[in-house]
Amino acid sequence: MTDANPLRRAALLALPWICVVLAWTLLHYSGLVNPVLVPTPAQVARRFWELMSNGKLPIDMLISARRVLIGVVLGTLLAVPTGFVLGWYKNVHGFADPLVNFFRALPPIALIPLVVVYFGIGEAAKVVILFYAAFFSGVIVMYEGISQISPIFIRVARTLGATDGEIFRRVIVPLSLPHILTAVRVELGVVWATLVASELIAAQNGLGAMIQNASSFFQLDLIYLGIICIGLIALGMDLLLRKISQRFLNWQDRISA
Amino acid sequence: MSTRDRIVFDHVSVGFPTPSGLLPVVEDVCFSVRDGEFVSLVGPSGCGKTTMLNIVAGFLKPSSGSVTLDGAAIAGPGPDRGVIFQEYGVFPWLTVENNIGFGLSLRANQRSKEERAEVCERYMKLMGLHEFRRAYPKTLSGGMRQRLALARAYAVAPQFLLMDEPFGALDAQTRTAMQDLLLEVLQKEGKTAMLITHSVEEAIYLSSRVVVVTARPSRVRCIVDVPFPYPRTQSLHEQAEFIELRSTMRDLVMREYAAQEQQARDAAPS
Ligand SMILES: Nc1ncnc2c1ncn2[C@@H]1O[C@H](COP(=O)(O)OP(=O)(O)O)[C@@H](O)[C@H]1O
Ligand SMILES: [Mg+2]
Repeated sequence: MTDANPLRRAALLALPWICVVLAWTLLHYSGLVNPVLVPTPAQVARRFWELMSNGKLPIDMLISARRVLIGVVLGTLLAVPTGFVLGWYKNVHGFADPLVNFFRALPPIALIPLVVVYFGIGEAAKVVILFYAAFFSGVIVMYEGISQISPIFIRVARTLGATDGEIFRRVIVPLSLPHILTAVRVELGVVWATLVASELIAAQNGLGAMIQNASSFFQLDLIYLGIICIGLIALGMDLLLRKISQRFLNWQDRISA
Repeated sequence: MSTRDRIVFDHVSVGFPTPSGLLPVVEDVCFSVRDGEFVSLVGPSGCGKTTMLNIVAGFLKPSSGSVTLDGAAIAGPGPDRGVIFQEYGVFPWLTVENNIGFGLSLRANQRSKEERAEVCERYMKLMGLHEFRRAYPKTLSGGMRQRLALARAYAVAPQFLLMDEPFGALDAQTRTAMQDLLLEVLQKEGKTAMLITHSVEEAIYLSSRVVVVTARPSRVRCIVDVPFPYPRTQSLHEQAEFIELRSTMRDLVMREYAAQEQQARDAAPS
């Protein structure tokens, strides 16, 4: 979507959001549902200001974002070399592939009892769940990307006199970079989606915990607020990564969207 | 041009293992490329031409026989042999300038920064890429990518130039321009060149000798000396001798194409 007029562009970007908020408000007043079950946007906004000014919400956001980032960073640190080996050595891929898909298919929430047994109920347990989700989604993206790298570039580099080390640093690393960034983006999405589950483990703080506590007290506006915050932070991080991709990978034919 | 042999194929055979047994691809090939010569290999596609080039490039060892470079066995790929691949393989993550400079920044061809810049400059000018120096390959046309691949190979000053159907994907006009550019650059720098093509016309126009190979497995069908002196220009195409040579060679090559077709039909389950 390219539009010369910045005002119109902004309006177009805002339009779907305005529609959602409108529909939401209408739903509240429509009489189709019990209004108690659907708080108005205004109620949620009031909650937002209240929790922002007393400092509770920023802390919850920071704590959740920190858990997510730690999970994604650890997951990426392991997913990149693992995905690389799987993508590069086709014979390893053959037998490792079913294994990876098996673990990836397990919903992290199903692992919580085991994680609690092995890691307790502290911060470590939550990060382990998020790391698990990040790793298995990242590893798939990495190895699919790496296995698609054309050997022609390596052959060209060889004929120009490149050593194995030079080929790795100057050919394989730049070709892997787009896949690493895509892996991080996918991981961020999956990990934010897993956050609430991970904060089921005896969490006193964080957005997931906030949602769960709110549900015990039937504070629907708080639940809405938590969900919206998760969505917005995840969206913001994704936009940031996309900007980074565009900036550093502008040599690509098309930035993977 | 001296008569010193530089690339020598001596009874070279190559077979590839396949599920249905060993597939002979190259069989008992003997020919040589002399210093400063331009030799083309012409034959039907799938007959084993790329396989032969891969041996000289150092990516493949013959199953039997030997290929030698200046009398020595080939240990692997190296910057003494510039290779232009069928799929150009320009580095998409590097600008035009950095693609050309890539080879010179490697330890094997270490040059000073100034020298590297000077070489890049020279080949960008020569190949008409100067105004695209900071562009990424995604913005270049097929012909420009081809020139970039050529410039990158030239920058490390190889003694040999090995080209695998380099102009196959170009339109007729670009192709003609690229042929003349290639001849011009070779004339300036006096390299020994080996070219794979399936165009008889192109082979004659560019080469001092043409090796016609048979349908798979490749054997040498005949070796034709091209009598026209360099420098050549496109008007050569209209000369009677050229036309005559072209038609004799086309007949030869067409027969091999027919044989290859027949092979493919026989191999296909009916
Ligand atoms: N590594 C390989 N393993 C098995 N078969 C191969 C291999 N490389 C090439 N071939 C086969 O050898 C034949 C000749 O290939 P190639 O040298 O690329 O032909 P050309 O370049 O003349 O079109 C083809 O039938 C191809 O399928
Ligand atoms: Mg070929």
